[in-house]
Amino acid sequence: MSKRRRLGKLRGFTIQFIPFSEIRTLDSDERIKKVLGIILGNNILIIQGRLKPEEETRLIGDTMAMIGHVKNFKGVELAVIEGDKNGGLYGKMRQGIANAIAGSDTSSTTIIGPATIVKEIKRNPKKIELMLE
Amino acid sequence: MVVKVVKNFFKRMFENIFKSKDDIKLGFYGPPNAGKTSLANRICKDFTGEEIGKVSKIPHETRSVQFREKVEIAYKNKKLTFKLVDTPGIATKIDYEDFLKYGMKKKDARKRAKEATQGVIDSIKWIEDMDVVVVVLDANENPYNQVNITIIGNLAAREIPVLIAANKIDLKKADIKKVEAAFPEYDVVGISARTGKNMEEFYESLFKLTKKSK
Repeated sequence: MSKRRRLGKLRGFTIQFIPFSEIRTLDSDERIKKVLGIILGNNILIIQGRLKPEEETRLIGDTMAMIGHVKNFKGVELAVIEGDKNGGLYGKMRQGIANAIAGSDTSSTTIIGPATIVKEIKRNPKKIELMLE
Repeated sequence: MVVKVVKNFFKRMFENIFKSKDDIKLGFYGPPNAGKTSLANRICKDFTGEEIGKVSKIPHETRSVQFREKVEIAYKNKKLTFKLVDTPGIATKIDYEDFLKYGMKKKDARKRAKEATQGVIDSIKWIEDMDVVVVVLDANENPYNQVNITIIGNLAAREIPVLIAANKIDLKKADIKKVEAAFPEYDVVGISARTGKNMEEFYESLFKLTKKSK
């Protein structure tokens, strides 16, 4: 019974996955707009790859500007888990070439969720744990 | 042609002379409650006798960018003049209800949250103006916080030299090695801004950092 009630709390959001190919051709404005559009729809977003550093700060800035203006919006939880950096020289070269072709570090994964759903993202170099509200 | 070359030479020479007279813009960045203002206060007190801002246990005490110009820091017969820029803590979420836990009234908590969001925006805007940056982290917290990674990634992308100050090493849970492991490409110095522990090492690292500045 209590289990059912707890699961009931989790209704109302989905997890969306975006392959990098879907944002590769977008400029920074469009990428941020797309990300925020998904987050504001109460979704947890998983992106293959990662945003550029300036896009990550821009996302934080835009998020801050929305707090107080969008009802019940408190910001986001964000985490990037990086791919294997210890793959040796050959591995790094291979990854470097793959990144250059893809236009991003596609071995990374980015997780972004609205703070109303994601309480905390605990992370260490190899693991991400999502603590839900 | 010759006149142009000579003109450019003198122009560059004068630019360099005046550039060297500018204060080095030293920014303090990091998440809320890491001790940015405490460190800026410690430096200001050591060299000017005055503090730069108020500190508090409640997060987001610094909600606007604070400056202190012409801070002359002396270390081993060397002197450098800095403009200290203490920035509000960068966060990805701000909820006024978090401030209620510290006994704040709802109205004050809402006001604080509103000011804190603007503070984060201002901190981000100021990044590109910095010559060198000290990223202040709480050595007792998990360094793999995305805010730390995003700030440092941004500074690296802009080629702004970074020194990581792992603060609060006077506390039991402090783990500098964990901070060093999280950011192996950067110079990490463990300090306690509150007690002044290891500040000599900090100043040494700061002087080394200025050499990397463009």
